[in-house]
Amino acid sequence: MDTDDVVVCRCEEVTLDEIRAWIGRGYCHFDELKRILRVGMGPCQGRGCRDIVLRELSRATGEPLEAIDPGTVRPPVKPIKIGLLAYGGEDAPK
Amino acid sequence: MREIAADVLVVGGGPAGLSAAAEAAAAGAGVVVAEAGLHLGGQLVKQSHKFFGSRDEYAGTRGFEIAKILKDEIARHGDRVQILLGTTVCGYYGDEGVVTAMTGEEEYFRIIPKRMIVASGAQERLIPFPNNDIPGVYGAGAVQTLMNVYGVVPGKRVLMIGAGNIGLIVSYQLLQAGVEVAAILEAAPRVGGYWVHAAKARRLGVPILLRHSIKRALGGEAVTGAEIIELDEKFNQVGAPEEIECDTICLAVGLTPTSELLWQAGCRMKYVPALCGHVPLRDALMRTSNENVWMAGDVSGIEEASAAMIEGRIAGVCAAESLGLKAGAKKLDGFWERLGNLRAGETGEKIRAGVAAVTVAGWEGEAV
Repeated sequence: MDTDDVVVCRCEEVTLDEIRAWIGRGYCHFDELKRILRVGMGPCQGRGCRDIVLRELSRATGEPLEAIDPGTVRPPVKPIKIGLLAYGGEDAPK
Repeated sequence: MREIAADVLVVGGGPAGLSAAAEAAAAGAGVVVAEAGLHLGGQLVKQSHKFFGSRDEYAGTRGFEIAKILKDEIARHGDRVQILLGTTVCGYYGDEGVVTAMTGEEEYFRIIPKRMIVASGAQERLIPFPNNDIPGVYGAGAVQTLMNVYGVVPGKRVLMIGAGNIGLIVSYQLLQAGVEVAAILEAAPRVGGYWVHAAKARRLGVPILLRHSIKRALGGEAVTGAEIIELDEKFNQVGAPEEIECDTICLAVGLTPTSELLWQAGCRMKYVPALCGHVPLRDALMRTSNENVWMAGDVSGIEEASAAMIEGRIAGVCAAESLGLKAGAKKLDGFWERLGNLRAGETGEKIRAGVAAVTVAGWEGEAV
């Protein structure tokens, strides 16, 4: 399969090619790939791509999927405007 | 920052969440239901087909009608159930007993719940193939929402990937809406969904191609077709790809639990293929390893809405009982029996094995 035009993370536009290349360089944990590629850091926070990345890690390492660490899930589960936080949870005064 | 107190916070207003909220409220708990969408009922509201299963779980009734029955049940509890629509529960901060939530993108606030029931459901799986990001590539659930909630058809000619129940039902509903279905592809050697759904599509002349998959989407600005391939028993390509003309590619390749809050809450999780992903360990009461957190529905493992509703009732009763309320624990035997009936027989084998792999007898002695 040509992998350079296969988008895995739509939010951050990360391709299968990039993911495989970085796994090849030794980035063998979801969180490492996330930090180097921003995969899973967009609006959907990995809900679309995490499964695919974990499967790639499983394929590359030969470990079964249940042995692959899915990475750390931290709040918030979706992006929050910084202004909302700055004004105590309400929109900035107009 | 605004704060809302709740005896029981239910995350998700689908079949599991509404059932949980109804039971907790019936026991006298003050319930807050946070629903990320703009309506209650979850996936039920777009399900125009009649349910199977047992009469207790509304067999013979159409999904959207079941949503209405559940909403009516909630409404009878009046002020005891507060519904927050368009509200996503974003974070769980256990040390402080605080949950944060956002309504739209305009308001961010705290909820202080004594107990939390996570009924956050599932999300559609995607599969990687070249050109999968061009307009016209959809999840089958998204197409069903588009058609049955918003009255919009996705295109003129659809290629469906996946012959599970969602792929089959959405194909039939596309046909009902006057959309052509070019073919239904299934990588496995057999149809995954019920035969009755497959038969409806076949009777209308839609080919169901087993051991077939998509190789790439064709098109520049938008989908104009797809290359499809035949697979051997090891899922490797056999022969040359074939081109199919279509303007929509619909992915019905499974769901996976939406479990972020459970991870955040430190619940012990396990990857169980039969339940379609990472799911929390649970006891028979649907409690997680976190003593304040319960679960119900697809987040505990992908299954049908009928099971989700019973799990919700179990979680609702048990969360209320844990607060010292009299929720009628004697109802539980009935719920467990109904759940057992739904999962009985050959069709329930996979689910039974999956659930057994994550069910603990109790939490005493378990490292939490």
